[in-house]
Amino acid sequence: MRLTGARILMECLRAEGVEVFFGYPGGVVLPLYNTLGEYPDIKHVLVRHEQAAAHAADGYARVAGRTGVCLATSGPGATNLVTGITTAYMDSVPMVVLTGNVARDLIGRDGFQEADITGITLPITKHNYLLMRASEIAPAVKEAFHIASTGRKGPVLVDIPKDVFIEEAEWDGYPQGVSLRGYPIMDVPREEEVTKAAETINGAKKPIIIAGHGVVQSEAQEELVKFAEVSDTPVLTTLLGISGMPEDHELSYGFLGMHGHFYANMAADRADVVIGIGMRFDDRAMGRFSDFNPTAKIVHIDIDPAEIGKNFVTHAPVNGDVKETLSRLLPEIEPNRHPEWRAEIDQIMAQHPTDYVEEGTALSGPWLIQALAEATQGDSTIVTGVGQHQMWAAQYYPYTKQRQWVTSGGLGTMGYEVPAAMGAQFAQNEPIWSICGDGGFQMTSQELQTVADHNLPVRFAIFNNGFLGMVRQWQELFYEHNYHSVDLGQPDFVKLAEAYGVRGVRATNRAEAMQVFRDLEGYDGPVVIDFQLEREENVWPMVPAGAALSETIESAEDL
Amino acid sequence: MASRNTIVAHVEDRPGVLARVASLFRRRGFNIESLTVGHCEEPGLSRMTIVVDGDDHQVDQVCRQLFKLIDVVSVQDITYTPLVDRELALIKVSASNFNRREVLDVVEVFRADVVDVHAEALIIQVLGDEGKVDAAVKMFEQFGILEMVRTGRVAMRRGTETTKPPAISDSQQAAAAIRAMLGRRPEGVLPFASD
Repeated sequence: MRLTGARILMECLRAEGVEVFFGYPGGVVLPLYNTLGEYPDIKHVLVRHEQAAAHAADGYARVAGRTGVCLATSGPGATNLVTGITTAYMDSVPMVVLTGNVARDLIGRDGFQEADITGITLPITKHNYLLMRASEIAPAVKEAFHIASTGRKGPVLVDIPKDVFIEEAEWDGYPQGVSLRGYPIMDVPREEEVTKAAETINGAKKPIIIAGHGVVQSEAQEELVKFAEVSDTPVLTTLLGISGMPEDHELSYGFLGMHGHFYANMAADRADVVIGIGMRFDDRAMGRFSDFNPTAKIVHIDIDPAEIGKNFVTHAPVNGDVKETLSRLLPEIEPNRHPEWRAEIDQIMAQHPTDYVEEGTALSGPWLIQALAEATQGDSTIVTGVGQHQMWAAQYYPYTKQRQWVTSGGLGTMGYEVPAAMGAQFAQNEPIWSICGDGGFQMTSQELQTVADHNLPVRFAIFNNGFLGMVRQWQELFYEHNYHSVDLGQPDFVKLAEAYGVRGVRATNRAEAMQVFRDLEGYDGPVVIDFQLEREENVWPMVPAGAALSETIESAEDL
Repeated sequence: MASRNTIVAHVEDRPGVLARVASLFRRRGFNIESLTVGHCEEPGLSRMTIVVDGDDHQVDQVCRQLFKLIDVVSVQDITYTPLVDRELALIKVSASNFNRREVLDVVEVFRADVVDVHAEALIIQVLGDEGKVDAAVKMFEQFGILEMVRTGRVAMRRGTETTKPPAISDSQQAAAAIRAMLGRRPEGVLPFASD
């Protein structure tokens, strides 16, 4: 059967089981939009800015555990995706990005709305394609989904010129497999590596696990818990590893890093064996590399061989998928008990609890997250932007279920919270809480219209302190209180919400906040909540930039 | 220890693959000393010889990051294996009736070839490893070098060992073969072990 390139692309998406994708039309993708009506089973969500399409696909992917798909036209449409693609790339989120391009004979001639998007995205995609024939679409899309969703996951871009959408090619079904010689699947670890890791772990006196995004991505919570229990190893997570370990478990000791829990940072610094699982020893997590626990032996389990040994010399490297590796490691782990080591951390925790909630009536970040946790029984999916609200949400919400926590960790993309929560809401029915900064919210608030169009029950909780809070905190602590460009003017967020036909409410103190939580029970539409916080609250604890984890401070007086 | 390292990579012969490799080097801040690319024994694949400046750790990162490119089929660091490496240089040397004989003496010493003759100049082709080409260039400098081009290093392992990518369809076996290639250290020792 001969089909146009546009139909072949849609047949491919259908064969991949794509239920929803996020896009914005434009000149060169018109042949594709012309066929969308024939594929009602593949929901197209019209966003209001292409950046949001990419973030929405990313948020959807993280919550659904499936590959997210977004679409943009050539030139500015494609370049607007770049922040969203980079966000997904840095956090290894599976995504297939579709772009149109100018007709083949115009490529390279600076045609109207031409951008070399495959060139632009070379360093921010796992792989990309520029397709010059309709017959290339099916194999390329098959490869794109395969590459995006296997190994270390990531975004793959497929760029299709306008006339390739129109060109006809033979369609004899979706390709069954791929033939990618340079891309072997490295899920299964080498036996000798597993054995060496097991020996190292069995010999540890003060072991610690640092669980990263890889645990969530490979959905290995069960294996992780079992491994921790058998070896009696306390578990920390990285920022992105949050929700990989149920935080109500007795072996869960929070997350580490720049604003991680004090006891987590100390535990990482005092352990004799550090077991990194599906994480990449990032600088925000580990503090100053040269002074991170120099005597610890490092066991590093990761799907990406290039991550092993990148930042630290590794005593026992294991290259493999987290779930696969943990299930092979478990039988070799000797049941162990480390009561003294556990007691040591427990004591630090008792002396330095993450409890910065002060008495009073004013809204503080930590209080608000705790109140939200209570109101939602710790059960909600939380999406955040980047900054103070993100750190409070990481510190104070009790995550127990995998994929319950969605944040831009690697790239630190402000404005992520609005479209990512919107996209994530397409993956589940229960309302998603989007914890927004008042700065980030203003970056992507145009998506309230998309949210309204689809009557999505997202709760946008703006942690509004009228400041670009985290930057203000740095200016206060490290730039002699010299505030510049952080006092953000803002619209009336309630009126803004209402202008979009979205319910808007405001809370200026704790009693009002509690009332808001009660009022929203059972409400199934979108809401914007303007939580007016104390203006100059800081996030503690903190590892100052360039300091070691052992130098974690708990107040400005420690500086 | 920082040194010049020789990496051999086989890549799919597709548009843009050189850009991908170059982009990776730029992005990760790796220094390419030279990169030569051409056909190899297998149709559809190109073979790159890349000379990189860096310490062992950096070079290992280069190999691992290179391998992550989908179009890169195999990567091997052959610095520490017995190998033959060659470079070709074309050197246009100023030579007239007064000194042509002297120039030709040097040509002979280096077992180089004269590939073009003009009343005022010679083009000399020098073939050898980098050290030999360096030495020849130095000698010709006294006569005046009008123009020069060097190809950069190509290299091949000695004996029956090859850098050829495994022709394996089974993904498990391919993974094993690639992992064996990626480790710089002698067989039996795990890559990146600290002891």
